[in-house]
Amino acid sequence: MGFWNDPLKAAADWLMDIFTGWGMPELATQILVAFLGVLLLIVILMVLDIVLVWVERKVVSRFQSRIGPNRVGPFGLIQPFADIIKLLIKEDITPSGADKVVYNLAPILSMMSVLILWAVVPLAPQILGADTDLNIGALYIVAAGAISTLSIIMAGWSSNNKYSLIGAFREVAVMLSFEIPMLAVLLIPTIFAKSMGIVKIVDAQDTWFVFLAPLAALIFFIAAIAELGRAPFDMGEAESELVAGYNIEYSGMKFGMFYAGELLHAFTFGGFWAILFFGGYRFFGLEQVNPILAVAILLFKAFIGYWLIMWVRYTVLRIRIDHMLSFNWKFLTPMAFVLLMVTALLNALLAETPPWVYVSSMFLSNIALAWGALELARSYSRREREKVEGPKPAVETTHH
Amino acid sequence: MSAWIIIGLFFLVGVIVPVGAIVTAWILSPKKPNPVKDTTYECGVETVGDSWVQFKAQYYIFALVFLIFDVETVFLFPWAVKLGSLGLFAVVEGIIFILILIAGLVYTWRKGMLEWA
Repeated sequence: MGFWNDPLKAAADWLMDIFTGWGMPELATQILVAFLGVLLLIVILMVLDIVLVWVERKVVSRFQSRIGPNRVGPFGLIQPFADIIKLLIKEDITPSGADKVVYNLAPILSMMSVLILWAVVPLAPQILGADTDLNIGALYIVAAGAISTLSIIMAGWSSNNKYSLIGAFREVAVMLSFEIPMLAVLLIPTIFAKSMGIVKIVDAQDTWFVFLAPLAALIFFIAAIAELGRAPFDMGEAESELVAGYNIEYSGMKFGMFYAGELLHAFTFGGFWAILFFGGYRFFGLEQVNPILAVAILLFKAFIGYWLIMWVRYTVLRIRIDHMLSFNWKFLTPMAFVLLMVTALLNALLAETPPWVYVSSMFLSNIALAWGALELARSYSRREREKVEGPKPAVETTHH
Repeated sequence: MSAWIIIGLFFLVGVIVPVGAIVTAWILSPKKPNPVKDTTYECGVETVGDSWVQFKAQYYIFALVFLIFDVETVFLFPWAVKLGSLGLFAVVEGIIFILILIAGLVYTWRKGMLEWA
């Protein structure tokens, strides 16, 4: 029974016993066991990544009325492995004008920036949580995300290609801009949980934060899609004009790293959305039964988030870059800051009230704010339109 | 053991795994470069001029605006953590801080820096 309550802890203790039995010092053993744990998690993530390639290809096909991979193995399940073999034995072309060091570093950084995000993901109440509940977890998410911005500008600049440079500039402009509403919205779970630690944020969600701050969850979702550089915010790789954007000069496994990194990044942000607003591994006490069940709950929620991100990607058209930046700076950012102020104020004013008053007034204030912001945007755009087109003619009603 | 050791291990393994994949591909893949293959890919058209040139300044301005907001927002995190125990006074202080931030945004907006010129 002890093993199944916490298999990783049991395995770690068993390994610790073996290593200390060999006469290794205490600290070295701890670091070695932690290293093996991290390696195990990252290998599992890479396997998950391979599955994601299949999921993504299958889902995009269904959205586009195609069947998708169906030849290699049942339902095309072996297809991603065929893709990997192809990427491995494909000739790796480095353009002669490229800055070789930066060019080779960019795909590594791109993958690394995603993998290190999982250092703060609480998988289950027992696993990894207690050891790595970083007290600045919410900030760490943004900081690690910034490394992927860096990898994109590195890839775009070092390729010595105009398409990739334009792609990188656009992508970075979007990623930087949308980081502001994301940061502002990350403050809201922090206020509710009174901590930046991700585990504490999950523990505080007796009521899922999405009921306390539905607008914040929506803003985080939009900003996350922009951070990922996915449609409708995929100006960085607008294939109809930039061929492939910042990664145009990459081939073989280096391209594979960008591709795999992007997929895992999307899944990771689906996971963070679930953790910050949908209770993470919590699901009506089921997470206390067994850590494996808790991990399954988290992965399930992350897959739902990932599914929504894919749904948006394959439904909504690409937006022009100036519209995108206007949308962020003139709509999303002010809205996020106003939401932050309202939340902070209500949190202080309603601290003594019963939970149902607290939750319902938080919820209603979010809805009211979203409605007000939309009305403002609508009247503003109507005014702008009438400046160009003249006043809208009255709707003709037909009488019989 | 400090949480930072585990973060460090994540960085280490996070570098080892992609490097391993790329090195494996480098060992397995054919290497037959030639001058035409190694040229810049521009859909078959020969490249005109240098790619490393001064580029549209608008991106720089957005980066500047971002920098201010990013730094200021990071200052808000300690405030958000301690909000519950500091009472209404701290909330009002924080709101004034955010209002100053928004004043900056309005100034940038009025100056026309948010337009895509």
